[in-house]
Amino acid sequence: MADISRQLQEQVLHASNSGQKLNITGGNTKAFMGRKADTTANILDVSEHTGIVDYQPVELVLTVRAGTRVQDIETELAEHHQTLHFEPPQIRTNTTIGGTLACNLSGPSRPWAGSVRDQVLGIRLLNGKGEHLRFGGQVMKNVAGYDVSRLQAGAMGTLGVITEISLKVMPKPAASMTLIQDMDINEVIHYMNSRAAEPKPITAACWVDGKVYLRLAGARSAVEATADKWSGKVMENGDALWRSVQDMKHEFFSDSDTPLWRFSVSSTATNPDIDGQWFIDWAGAQRWFQGAGQLNDMEPLAQAMGGQVSLFKGGDRSGDVMHRQPDALKAIQRRIKSAFDPEGIFNPGRLYSWL
Amino acid sequence: MTTKTKITKAELTRQFQTFIDPDWVITDDETMRPYECDGLSMYRELPLLVVLPETVAQVQRIMRICNEHQVPVVARGAGTGLSAGAMPHKEGVLLSMAKFNRILNIDPLARTARLQPGVRNLAISEEAAQYGLYYGPDPSSQIACTIGGNVAENSGGVHCLKYGLTTHNLHRVEMVTAEGQLMVIGSEGLDTCGMDLLALITGSEGLLGVVTEVTVKLLPRPEVAQVVMAGFDNVQTAGDAVGTIIANGIIPAGLEMMDSHAIIAADDFAQAGYPRDARALLLCEVDGTEEEVHEHIAQTEALFRKLGATSVRTSRSEEERELLWKGRKCAFPAVGRISPDYYCMDGTIPRRHLAHVLAEMETMSEKFGLRVANVFHAGDGNLHPLILFDANIPGEFERAEAFGSSILRLCVDVGGCITGEHGVGIEKVRQMAIQFNDEELQQFHDVKNAFDPAGILNPGKGVPTLRFCQEYRSLEYKLHTHELVDVAHG
Repeated sequence: MADISRQLQEQVLHASNSGQKLNITGGNTKAFMGRKADTTANILDVSEHTGIVDYQPVELVLTVRAGTRVQDIETELAEHHQTLHFEPPQIRTNTTIGGTLACNLSGPSRPWAGSVRDQVLGIRLLNGKGEHLRFGGQVMKNVAGYDVSRLQAGAMGTLGVITEISLKVMPKPAASMTLIQDMDINEVIHYMNSRAAEPKPITAACWVDGKVYLRLAGARSAVEATADKWSGKVMENGDALWRSVQDMKHEFFSDSDTPLWRFSVSSTATNPDIDGQWFIDWAGAQRWFQGAGQLNDMEPLAQAMGGQVSLFKGGDRSGDVMHRQPDALKAIQRRIKSAFDPEGIFNPGRLYSWL
Repeated sequence: MTTKTKITKAELTRQFQTFIDPDWVITDDETMRPYECDGLSMYRELPLLVVLPETVAQVQRIMRICNEHQVPVVARGAGTGLSAGAMPHKEGVLLSMAKFNRILNIDPLARTARLQPGVRNLAISEEAAQYGLYYGPDPSSQIACTIGGNVAENSGGVHCLKYGLTTHNLHRVEMVTAEGQLMVIGSEGLDTCGMDLLALITGSEGLLGVVTEVTVKLLPRPEVAQVVMAGFDNVQTAGDAVGTIIANGIIPAGLEMMDSHAIIAADDFAQAGYPRDARALLLCEVDGTEEEVHEHIAQTEALFRKLGATSVRTSRSEEERELLWKGRKCAFPAVGRISPDYYCMDGTIPRRHLAHVLAEMETMSEKFGLRVANVFHAGDGNLHPLILFDANIPGEFERAEAFGSSILRLCVDVGGCITGEHGVGIEKVRQMAIQFNDEELQQFHDVKNAFDPAGILNPGKGVPTLRFCQEYRSLEYKLHTHELVDVAHG
């Protein structure tokens, strides 16, 4: 529990004055993401900037320093039967909340519960001029000023150092149950979407290795009644399965030699027939693909599926790894970058070569 | 780079009429009159001219011409906004998006709707109903307000705590920039690579671009919804009850509170059978499957009784549910009946400070000599104090504004903010200086500059200039010190 924002601010000011670049790091659990880090840059370590600043269970609001481990947050929330609704992946136990927001990572509940970006209410941010700014708030609704807080989701630290985050938290569901059944990949897209269109307490839907898994969670009576009505067998250790999906520790992710691609697409898109392994999550909206290939080949597939693709892990990380942007969006993101970080000191080239 | 070249009204009109039906380029005061204000009618201005394009290409050309000549552009949906965000600029173009009113596609399996920006909020749910789906955010103006305006304001409604604001219910937005470029932001998926521009655009109050198409998420319509109404003999108990319901793991679909002034006005208006002697009234709606609603309603009733409710009533039919809501939904016009004019404020607070804030408001009410009725989205801490005044009495509106300003300051002082869902517009541009410091405001200006270097989109709204803020802060300081002196001497 320490507030090291002053030290962080000094480091940023120093970098800004000396032209030194900074690679922002928390638990360093997501170093595999994005493009290769600039080796000439200094490390700005946020992992010591920890602690819960304020937590009001009845307000459903939590404010934490960005270096706080997700694990510690979950422990604290659990004491009040609450949880981070977006199920943040803990790739390792030292995964921090700041990194989770910067990389916009959310777990299997995401289509129903929203993403980390959706739960963010406000942030504090050190910009490239070393100014420590506050955006958003600690209340559910705040529409004063531009939504700079949510802008950080997926920006991978290119706009500044997130130092503090206020998040909406939610009650833990009273009960949960997982239904499992065999299903072909060609049928599962329609099946998962049809289930998601029913007014039932579904909170996760994934498919891997010829089996579809649906999670029901909420009031016990509702969960049980729906499980009775829907096909599929009740799975013994359903929660363990979802935990492994959330933390990317499911067997599917254990192959570290083959490149892992992430397709974020229309939930109803037909799955392309290419060589490799698929893990379909988010009722079809997030599809993991393990297989060789180039970004050039993957982008048209993702576009045909109404979305985008990124090379999530492995493969060649010296070129672009994120779905490339049209010129208009490239230009505006460059301008936004210089609005926050005029000297270009934060995470150079990490998100895109041109940022 | 653009260079400023003065353009006359006649020349601008002539240029627009070369690619837009001349009937849709309006230049006479009489026909422009309906556009002079939005839902906050105390702020009025006639624009240079009004233009109603019919295609995206026309919007792009309008923007290019205006950008070249640095003519201000104010985009407008239905004009239901409550912060004068759509009030015209007197030297600028009022760009009405009213002709973009088509629902382009509803995909029942993917649960999405692709819309032109002028589609009304309620029309989305009406069209989606045939598939058992609806659109979540439901601002009170949903009969009239448009989805383009909802994106601009990040509109909420009574169901935000459970179903989120506009920003939580979007897939994709098409937008024309100040420079006339068409941008596609977001996708049919749930996220995209790079910065979250969709978040930045949502709630940007027409300062960053003109929305030309929106794809929203649709939700399955819940099987059942029931509402529990509970009366309390003091506000603190009612406020605590809200916290306790939520702490018990129930997330109501809607959780509204009214104070005694609002209860009586609403009950007179709607004859909803509200407990007229109560100091605070809660309406707690639970939705979901039949089993879930049954379970949560029983828990809610029991909790309200245990927490000291003086009356508890649960809707047993759709008619009864609608009747109980009717009073709340008519609260604004109901208050309108007991006063010639009212001024609706929109602050948010951490809920635990509710009793304190309401008590302070009573004190202010006496000080300013104006009545105030309170309607409150209790679940998410969004207050709507309705300040009652008579615009025909000289000085009353100014007093109402000063009262409103004091309420917003109070909201910030207890850790809240100056607007929960109505936006800053012109109305609250002064109070931005209370919530944000100069460095933060400058950062907002830098963001604006990234999108609109010439500063033509909705100038003067949303973010105040820093010089203005310094003047305002020093004025506020003087007023505040005088207030303290007044209280000390009183």
